[in-house]
Amino acid sequence: MNGQGISQILFYSVALVALGYPLGIWMARMYVSARPAGRFLASIENGFLRVVRTDPAREQDWKSYGKTVLVFSVLFWALLYAIQRLQGHLFLNPDHMKAVPSHLSLNTAASFITNTNWQFYGGEYTMSYLTQMAGLAVQNFVSAAVGISVLAAVVRGISRRSSDTIGNFWVDLYRTLVYLLLPLAAVVGALLIWQGVPQTFHGHATATTLQGVHQTIARGPVASQIAIKQLGTNGGGWYNSNSAVPFENPTGLSNFIEVLAILLIPAAEVFMFGKMVFARRHAWAVFAAMFAVFAIGIAVNLPAEQHGSSVLRNSGVNITQASGQSGGNMADKEVRFGQANSTLWTVATSDASNGSVNSGFDAQTPTGGAVPLVNLFLGEVIFGGVGSGLYGMFFYIILAVFVAGLMVGRTPEWLGKKIDAREIKYAALGALFVPTMVLTLAALSIVTKSGLASVYNSGVHGFTETLYAYDSQSNNNGSAFAGFGLTNFSADFGTIAMLLGRFVPMFAALALGGALAKKKIVPASAGTFRTDGPTFVVLLVGVIALTAGLMIFPALTLGPIVEGLMH
Amino acid sequence: MKNLLSSAIAIVAITAVFGFGYPLVMTGVAQVAFKNQANGSLITVKGKVVGSKLAAQEFTSPKYFHERPSAVAYNAMGTSFANLGPTNPDLAKNVAAAAKAILKLEGPYNPGLTIHAIPVDAVTTSASGIDPDISPAYAQLQARRIASVRGLSLETVQALIKKNTVGRSWGFFGEPGVNVLELNLALDNGSTT
Repeated sequence: MNGQGISQILFYSVALVALGYPLGIWMARMYVSARPAGRFLASIENGFLRVVRTDPAREQDWKSYGKTVLVFSVLFWALLYAIQRLQGHLFLNPDHMKAVPSHLSLNTAASFITNTNWQFYGGEYTMSYLTQMAGLAVQNFVSAAVGISVLAAVVRGISRRSSDTIGNFWVDLYRTLVYLLLPLAAVVGALLIWQGVPQTFHGHATATTLQGVHQTIARGPVASQIAIKQLGTNGGGWYNSNSAVPFENPTGLSNFIEVLAILLIPAAEVFMFGKMVFARRHAWAVFAAMFAVFAIGIAVNLPAEQHGSSVLRNSGVNITQASGQSGGNMADKEVRFGQANSTLWTVATSDASNGSVNSGFDAQTPTGGAVPLVNLFLGEVIFGGVGSGLYGMFFYIILAVFVAGLMVGRTPEWLGKKIDAREIKYAALGALFVPTMVLTLAALSIVTKSGLASVYNSGVHGFTETLYAYDSQSNNNGSAFAGFGLTNFSADFGTIAMLLGRFVPMFAALALGGALAKKKIVPASAGTFRTDGPTFVVLLVGVIALTAGLMIFPALTLGPIVEGLMH
Repeated sequence: MKNLLSSAIAIVAITAVFGFGYPLVMTGVAQVAFKNQANGSLITVKGKVVGSKLAAQEFTSPKYFHERPSAVAYNAMGTSFANLGPTNPDLAKNVAAAAKAILKLEGPYNPGLTIHAIPVDAVTTSASGIDPDISPAYAQLQARRIASVRGLSLETVQALIKKNTVGRSWGFFGEPGVNVLELNLALDNGSTT
């Protein structure tokens, strides 16, 4: 087995906790303290709040908070659409990109405001610098900040008692952007430039190769975008092949930095939650549940990819891992990453709803490729997207304490709050809406001629691609099995999937936070189910596997499982 | 209505700071502190750009080390995966064809060469289509041909391979690879053909 590769993965896990914990403590301070960062920064913050005409002392209830989020997001959607349609007439377009087609523009705009970053296009030959930089890259910050702000508001709701309000959106948004995302992006961006990621406003470079052929090399202000696309679990790359391209991810070190950035904030949020609700042990239990599923993904994907596909094994070429090569299934993988780092990225990106890739998922073995698929279907709550991952996890925690309550015959409680029918309804809506929509859209797509036009590979693999495409978009992940083509049909279906997949669970979470904020605290008694021990971890993983897993298992049997049996 | 106005103002402010300010400052710093990397790690020979350290280019001549197969003909303006599923018949066909071509090319310089000696990265497309590296094993496989065509000793070629092997970052992160463009440049600089 690949010992060096495994030690890289272990080191990664340690670094995730070592950096995520202090960051989580800082985030808790950001969302609780009246003035988290000193007088000077506070005066700038107050300036912004004055300009957007909000009084930081006046908090919003969950409905008002949600309405502000919605108006803000829809307006940005319109702006992003306009920029893409008009880019040919606007500035910062050295490579003379034309207007993006309208269905594609709608899809892409929805994709970026919902933190999905699904890409039906290759960035380097579709988007102008202006579109990438002032349009899409801004959303990498904004959609991430919206998700994290909503989470902060929901957590505030959980921590309060007998309160009608859960916070002020503009305060949360500003602090997330300025005290969290901007400094982290600047540091990560600088490290990536040092490692070789371009950051320039010169257009493409031209070269005459050693054999005398003309070569054009796409570049641009790449690093600033890549830094935030990883930190904000966005995933949309500058280049079509995303973080597999050496210009986005040039070295083993840049790969480590980027894959760490993918899970850093989602991991930190768990510790933030623990700090804000005064339940550190409960937060560790939630972290343990997430980490367990993450580790299982690695343990399945790595051996499967190292073992290689049947085509490669039967071909006779040497796929054995040795000092001179990483070996295994190298199809659509990069030499500098090999198997261990491709696996680590695959699992992290599919757990985190990031969607960036450093290898092609389409070419993964049936068993290996089932891992990102299953991870997606777990509803992106294993770390998950920034903000949305943890508030999605709250739905499953509620369901878990509900199930535990049924088993012992007591009213379920969570963090001192009684869980009633209303909370269960919100949690059920949040947990079940997305998988139901995925199955519906995938089914419509494979029974219609216009839907089938998107499929490149025939047979069961084509079905897997379709299922993955809608799964990825509905869960706001954005990665693709890639063999899925752009048509007006797939663009519009995708737009629907991304918008509903983002805002329905978000509103369910806000409603949940609002309902919990109103409640009183009931003191724990001997009959209270403990939510901080190993029993709870097992129960939580079980509930996630059962609710999300069982919804999708029948569909999985039609796709990857049949594929695995056939070969 | 109030939301709409607040949102419009916020959007302008945010776009100014995060859409222009942030990338401009990053670019300024990059162009001062890391000029070469920031402009694409271009390699210049006698004042002419011959490529980038980070992009594969096509090598077909027997006097050069060859790259891994590319799904996009080494197009650095249109990177892509091959996206052939693990059970796709085309994958088997492409692998077999690539292996056959390598046996034909390297066979004469490596008596007794069989398909079992071909490392997997030599017959599979990279993820980016412009993977600048090949595995050290694939470089070794090509060493005898290079030595023979260029009239160099095998030791000289192997020393050059070693010199152009990009190890793991800090000896730990990633996997070793051999940068093909830099290796071929080193060959051109050091020998006449």
